[in-house]
Amino acid sequence: MGRYVIRRLLQMVPVFIGTTLLIFVMVYGLGDPVAAMFGDRTPDPATAAQIRHDLHLNDPLIQQYWIYMSGIFHGDFGKASTGQPVSELLKSAYPVTLKLTIVAFVIEAVIGVALGLFAGMRRGRFLDTGVLAITLLVVSIPTFVTGYVLQYLVGVKWGIVKPSVGDGAPFNQLIMPGLVLAGVSLAYVARLTRTSVAENSRADYLRTAVAKGLPRRRVITNHMLRNSLIPVVTFLGTDIGNLMAGALVTERIFNIHGVGYQVYQGIVHNNPPTVVGFVTVLVIVFLVANLLVDLLYAVLDPRIRYA
Amino acid sequence: MRGAKSAKWVVGAAVIALAATACSSSDDSGDKDKGSSTKASSSSDGIVRAWWGDPQNPLEPANTNEVQGGKVLDMIFMNLKEYDPKTGKAMLEAADSITTTDQQNFTIKVKPDLKFSDGTPVTAKSFVDAWNYGALVTNKQLNAYFFADIDGYDAVHPSDDENAKPTAQTMSGLKVVDDHTFTVKLKQKFSTWPDRLGYKAFAPLPTEFFTNHAAYLAKPIGDGPYMVESYTKGTSMKLVPNPNYTGPSKPKNKGVLLKVYTSDETAYADLQSGNLDVLDTIPPADLPHVKDDLDGRYLNQPAGIIQTFSFPMYEKAWSKPGMEKVRLGISMAIDRKTITDKIFQGTRTPATDLTSPVLGAAGGFSTTLAGDAVTYDPIKAKQLIQEGGGLPGGHMTIGYNADSPHKDWVDAVCNSINNALGDNKACVGAPTGTFADFRNQITKQQMKQPFRSGWQMDYPLIDDFITPLYATGGSSNDSKYSNPQVDSLINQANAEGDTAKSVALYQQAEKLILNDMPIVPLWYQNGEAGWSARVSNVTENAFSVPVFTDITVNG
Repeated sequence: MGRYVIRRLLQMVPVFIGTTLLIFVMVYGLGDPVAAMFGDRTPDPATAAQIRHDLHLNDPLIQQYWIYMSGIFHGDFGKASTGQPVSELLKSAYPVTLKLTIVAFVIEAVIGVALGLFAGMRRGRFLDTGVLAITLLVVSIPTFVTGYVLQYLVGVKWGIVKPSVGDGAPFNQLIMPGLVLAGVSLAYVARLTRTSVAENSRADYLRTAVAKGLPRRRVITNHMLRNSLIPVVTFLGTDIGNLMAGALVTERIFNIHGVGYQVYQGIVHNNPPTVVGFVTVLVIVFLVANLLVDLLYAVLDPRIRYA
Repeated sequence: MRGAKSAKWVVGAAVIALAATACSSSDDSGDKDKGSSTKASSSSDGIVRAWWGDPQNPLEPANTNEVQGGKVLDMIFMNLKEYDPKTGKAMLEAADSITTTDQQNFTIKVKPDLKFSDGTPVTAKSFVDAWNYGALVTNKQLNAYFFADIDGYDAVHPSDDENAKPTAQTMSGLKVVDDHTFTVKLKQKFSTWPDRLGYKAFAPLPTEFFTNHAAYLAKPIGDGPYMVESYTKGTSMKLVPNPNYTGPSKPKNKGVLLKVYTSDETAYADLQSGNLDVLDTIPPADLPHVKDDLDGRYLNQPAGIIQTFSFPMYEKAWSKPGMEKVRLGISMAIDRKTITDKIFQGTRTPATDLTSPVLGAAGGFSTTLAGDAVTYDPIKAKQLIQEGGGLPGGHMTIGYNADSPHKDWVDAVCNSINNALGDNKACVGAPTGTFADFRNQITKQQMKQPFRSGWQMDYPLIDDFITPLYATGGSSNDSKYSNPQVDSLINQANAEGDTAKSVALYQQAEKLILNDMPIVPLWYQNGEAGWSARVSNVTENAFSVPVFTDITVNG
């Protein structure tokens, strides 16, 4: 298994280089950012030439990529359009998005699995139908609709919480945005768990566990839930990355200055270092989350082994 | 147990992965953790909480060309002249006097005893150094062209060849006479030049700007009514009254907290629920009910912005003789009144000339100057377009950038033209993905069809609405329009010492331009602001920026 882990870590290197190159090329493809700096005005040719030279915009693309990558290995992620080092932005934005992701993840995992478990164990009953109907509703409403509606009702109309998140994004202000962000995934988790639980409740080993007189609690947690969670863990693992990337819409609605906001600013101002820097870290998060999920399989199901 | 063994590996992999990612971030954590925990203010402390957008450039006066950075510069700098927030007239502030005998050589006396917020004195050198810094090409200041009228600019900012190096570090036209006096020599006569000095590119700079630039950008220092107390880039800036300020607009509140929002809609929600006091951009979707939402705490007044679309006059198809009738016809086919009412909910005013209502009648604004050329008359419009030979190739497009909300009005303008011509394929909108790409196509003269354009004034003078846009080779003459008669009228107007005569000459030029119609004037953009019940006396200046010094906090 040790060799497996090392092999997977080594595989990350080409993936890392490939994704950064791809993103770099795509942002580059958006065009020359210099003209936009001057607003509706015609750029002064001498000043524009100076800026282009300093941003290496006159060099061939592959050379620009090389300059960028060698900067990264020296810990220099380049500068955002505002002149702020991207590494500083990374440092301020990632903790915020991480907080939001944790809140959303906890909501999604706890409520999702719980709903799924109850629904799965009471198949065909009222609770099961209710969960199915609610999750269907949640899945079919886009995030920005739930976001704006909740913000208006809870934040503006009833005044229960602040409609926006303040400086530093404290955890208690992140509950509403976390709920909005978790919404769709929560529905998926609930449905996945339900199906899996429903299927496993008829399995032989479960009948055996009941027959040999194990307490109901132990049957459910150790035998049924653990075996039912494999597909759910796959989903949850990949969803960490999705939550971080998908926070773009939620962050905009609730004024959270996290990854989504910075990437959006980077795209709007056509600034490759910002976009590539942020997405690169996201890629690493994805890769690590995937590796962890694969390894967790072995923990959950002893039949899965990595040679 | 198999499971436990695997669990160990999971933890091991997690540690390795975390260590790998930590490597990259620990390299840059060397510099101290600044900007953390600058606590935002709560209510009832006399501080105005206002909406802010993240400035697009570092906060250097000669490098700030958009409103959000300009908002801060307005608060922290006092220029030689400042524009009166009500009339837009340029009044002496940091200057004691600006005198000239020949409209070309100016002697400027700076008031004695002025101080920056860090306690260092404001002297003639503060201005001269700042202007020289702004003009020098290697400093890459976006507003460098503002100094182009000063003698010796070409040596510090050669623009003929992109690779030319500056042959001097300072402009020969600027000379420090003594601590509080300096002289300016212009390249040619320019009577209204002193009135430009209210533009923030002409602000004085303290020595720290030159000696410790990074520290300056982290916390800018000025000589204006406010000083920066804390600045967390991308999040917020807290400004408090500057104790060293002796000018006429002393703040009537205990400070301003500028908060960066990720979206206007969120800011609007915050304004409604009392977490924000001043919002100077109302989301279009909320315009129809903004007055009810805010109990009338909303203002909508003219700003120095005119929206237009330009014809590519460098394209034969649009500029050949006879096309002036087509261009005029297109202008007359547009129902400006209906579009401003229905699409913009009255936040735009149909254009009647090429300037802006903020200039006032004395400054050159006119409600009648363009006359029939901008009056909706579909029958006459169709006739004119047919007389001129019709649209080139039978149809036209109006280019716009799709990353801002332009689609609605472009489609409405096209509809209006199509209705007049009785052909619903005559005009369609042509979106370009990003603003950067859109501007690139324009500056490279790749536009074959009309495209959206707009002008936000730098200073409230008629010259700023005419010269950059319509003079041959003007700095923002995107349609490459050229008319020798217009050029000569502009030169006469610049040299004219009498303001009224100068304005009249500009208006003559304006009439000639409207006959040629290289740019179709559409409407004047208004400034808007909504505010909470917690504050009063919210007004906006001619640049549609709230006058923060006048705002009072209730209770």
